[in-house]
Amino acid sequence: MKEIAIVGYQQSDAVSDAGACNEVELIMPVLGRVYEQVGIGSAQDVDFVCSGSCDYMQGAAFAFVMGVDALGAVPPIKESHVEMDAAWALYESILKIKMGHADSALVYGFGKSSPGELPIVLSQQLDPYYLAPQWIDTISLAAMQARMMLDQGLITERDMAEVVSASRRNAMENNPHAQLKGELSVDDVLAQDTFVSPLRKADICPISDGASAMVIATVEKAKAWGKPYAVISGIDHIIETHNMGMRDLTDSPSTRKAAERAGVSNGKVDVAELYAPFSHQEIILSRALGLSEDTSVNPSGGVLAGNLMMASGLSRVGEVFNRIIAGEAERGVAHATSGPCLQHNLVAVVEKGEKA
Amino acid sequence: MSEENEMITGIEVPIYLKYNFTAGAAPARFLSQLKNGVLTGQRRAAPDAQVYVPPRGSCPATGLPTEEEVNVADKATVQSFTIVHIPIPGNAIEPPFVVANLVADGANISFIHLMSECDNAEVRIGQRVQAVWKPEEEWDYSMDNIKYFKPIEEPDVPVDEIGKLPVTGLEV
Repeated sequence: MKEIAIVGYQQSDAVSDAGACNEVELIMPVLGRVYEQVGIGSAQDVDFVCSGSCDYMQGAAFAFVMGVDALGAVPPIKESHVEMDAAWALYESILKIKMGHADSALVYGFGKSSPGELPIVLSQQLDPYYLAPQWIDTISLAAMQARMMLDQGLITERDMAEVVSASRRNAMENNPHAQLKGELSVDDVLAQDTFVSPLRKADICPISDGASAMVIATVEKAKAWGKPYAVISGIDHIIETHNMGMRDLTDSPSTRKAAERAGVSNGKVDVAELYAPFSHQEIILSRALGLSEDTSVNPSGGVLAGNLMMASGLSRVGEVFNRIIAGEAERGVAHATSGPCLQHNLVAVVEKGEKA
Repeated sequence: MSEENEMITGIEVPIYLKYNFTAGAAPARFLSQLKNGVLTGQRRAAPDAQVYVPPRGSCPATGLPTEEEVNVADKATVQSFTIVHIPIPGNAIEPPFVVANLVADGANISFIHLMSECDNAEVRIGQRVQAVWKPEEEWDYSMDNIKYFKPIEEPDVPVDEIGKLPVTGLEV
């Protein structure tokens, strides 16, 4: 099987409202930067393109098709889309390369969440008979999950506040694209009122607009390009039932299993980027992945510092790539999630490539 | 359960989601210019660049930003059309009516608008038309500023020249 290399990754700033900027205008600059990083001219220079987005974000049917206007699809290109986070577009692209149908791929994700009421919009991803008609928003469901963990003594509110505080500090130090960053002590967090109890506003990721893009290729192709690269040595994703009552919300068995199959424990994990939209979920995920004290968790600040819906999962992989290329880590784990209370989870292991 | 319940075969679950839709920088410029009674397209800053009306901000053929603004004429050519015979719920227009893909002079891509003041049976590809505007005081940020396009007395444009006319119209 062909080994997969990440050769380029770029993202836009995470902003609370991109204003009078449509999806194409959000995507184009990011694609331009990733072409430059890899040293290619356009999407014509890769064999396959796959994007991740969700029409419910901007509230327009087939909005994802407009994204193609940012690609330059003349002459025609091989192109696909997932109505999911672009981490799954990455997964599709990896399969495409492994099957021998492409040697390189451009993956991008974009989301303009500001036009709608995101937590309500996301209630429509629940099962359509029992839960969606009740309009249960994502924050309420996550609050219920956090409450179960607190009641069972699995976490404390201080543990949650520590996640928030670390996120803001890491974002300040390492992430020029972050929306929320700065010094916010654990006591500052705990002094905040609860928003949807037990969650405080700081426990909840912000709503962000933006895009991210990645170029992957076979290791041979990456070497031919002559750019620094990292290797995706394992990737898997598993989904749990949509029936919330049948899940143990205090744990993430799907993450644990995906991690086993991706080979997380086959080596030291220097860095982990986890898609945890709520502070307590970072703790669930760290435990499910079996991370030790030696692992730097969410050095970018994670999505508590900025959550580009439908691009944040891809960005987690991109952030691990960034750490490896910067020489700060040799091996890392990236995680993406989708659905309420960590229903669907993807785990990827990214490792340093040979010297180019 | 002791008594047998009637079988439920369906439920009604209406969905209401509110959005603050924004058109984007390029379409917003197009709409602002419409309020002034002007059709504005955009193209890349390149000699052979295509003019897109309405602009979306990118040149879809190349994926590059359209940085140059171009005003186009309110004269256009029929690229294709449909005669609609079936009423559309909520639409005030009485069938049969003509919906056409029109390429404005100076533009390289069509937009969709209505045709009227015409014999539907005579509508054809290559036919020349011009915008019939609402009274100026009613102009808004909307394509509805143009009520419809009506045929004009100009020679038809050969199919392979549609979308390639200068703003001045077809030079014969």
